[in-house]
Amino acid sequence: MCALKKRAFRRYLLLNLYMACVVVSELGRFKVVAEYGFSSMQYRYFYFYSDAILTIFLYFALSTLYAHVFSEMKAERYVKMGTLLLLAGTALFTYAVVEQSTAKFVTRFVVELSQNLYFVGLVLTYVLWAAILKLRETRTRLIQLVLSLGVYFSLYAANYAIRNLYPPLSSVFVPLVQVFSLFLPLAWAYAFWRLPEEARLVPARLAVIPR
Amino acid sequence: MMAAIILVCSVVFLLQFFVSYCRSLIAASIKQPLSAEVQDVTGIKSSASGEDFARVVQLLQLCPDRPEDRNGVQAIGAYFGLLGFVRSTVARLIPTLRTWTERERGQCTYFAAVTLERRIAFSRDMFAQQLES
Repeated sequence: MCALKKRAFRRYLLLNLYMACVVVSELGRFKVVAEYGFSSMQYRYFYFYSDAILTIFLYFALSTLYAHVFSEMKAERYVKMGTLLLLAGTALFTYAVVEQSTAKFVTRFVVELSQNLYFVGLVLTYVLWAAILKLRETRTRLIQLVLSLGVYFSLYAANYAIRNLYPPLSSVFVPLVQVFSLFLPLAWAYAFWRLPEEARLVPARLAVIPR
Repeated sequence: MMAAIILVCSVVFLLQFFVSYCRSLIAASIKQPLSAEVQDVTGIKSSASGEDFARVVQLLQLCPDRPEDRNGVQAIGAYFGLLGFVRSTVARLIPTLRTWTERERGQCTYFAAVTLERRIAFSRDMFAQQLES
């Protein structure tokens, strides 16, 4: 809504479509919870499958941020190719990991793929942030979109890693996902609403280690 | 083993992204001058001090909040807490780090004051709209 009002919907089309899909998915989850209950298998399946689809969508949305940063280099084709290759690579790696499990193979694959994509997304966002610093990208809105995505991916990746390392802590860290999921819509709403497209800043000043 | 590596990387990246994100929020607001009225209310004239942060946030909580500002205020609040932790631990040993944390804490206060200014303007607009209708 903020992007539409500030006429930035088409410029960041995939990001905004992702947000629209999140809303649809949340409504779907609400309907499934209301119908079958929170601890039902139906809700679990719906949650994990919709989460995997959303993660793949977000992964493609991240690739459009790459296209924005590298727009002057005309590297859009390479970005698209790299995105697809990396997605295929992650899927193959996930397949190799879950190949041995015979029970519920597809479900395990979907859950693992989603978790792996969070980490791949995090690494890609970090590379993009390094490129922003190197290329001296100054568009404040774009910088905030990338940084908030980085925070979001790292929160999820850390959460999944802790749950894999210490399964008994899942009861604490699973509900935290709902809190984390609020971060991205609010951060992007702020970026679209508060920051005009022409706002500029010096990215080197934002780096933790001064450059 | 793999999960441990992912956890360490995620936490390191999270810290870097979070600090840079908060600094980008501050950098976007630092150019905005404060009105004389907000300067009087907050006591911030030219540069803000980290000591005033809690007071400015209390003033912020008195105004009706806006959803698009909420995330920024909470993120800066967490960043201020992180700076406070660094200030009371590592920065005690490194004087340059102490100066840096003081400056950053002051900028957090300035961000809160700019948000206060926006909320006051928003409340005034709402009040004016109510009077008109």
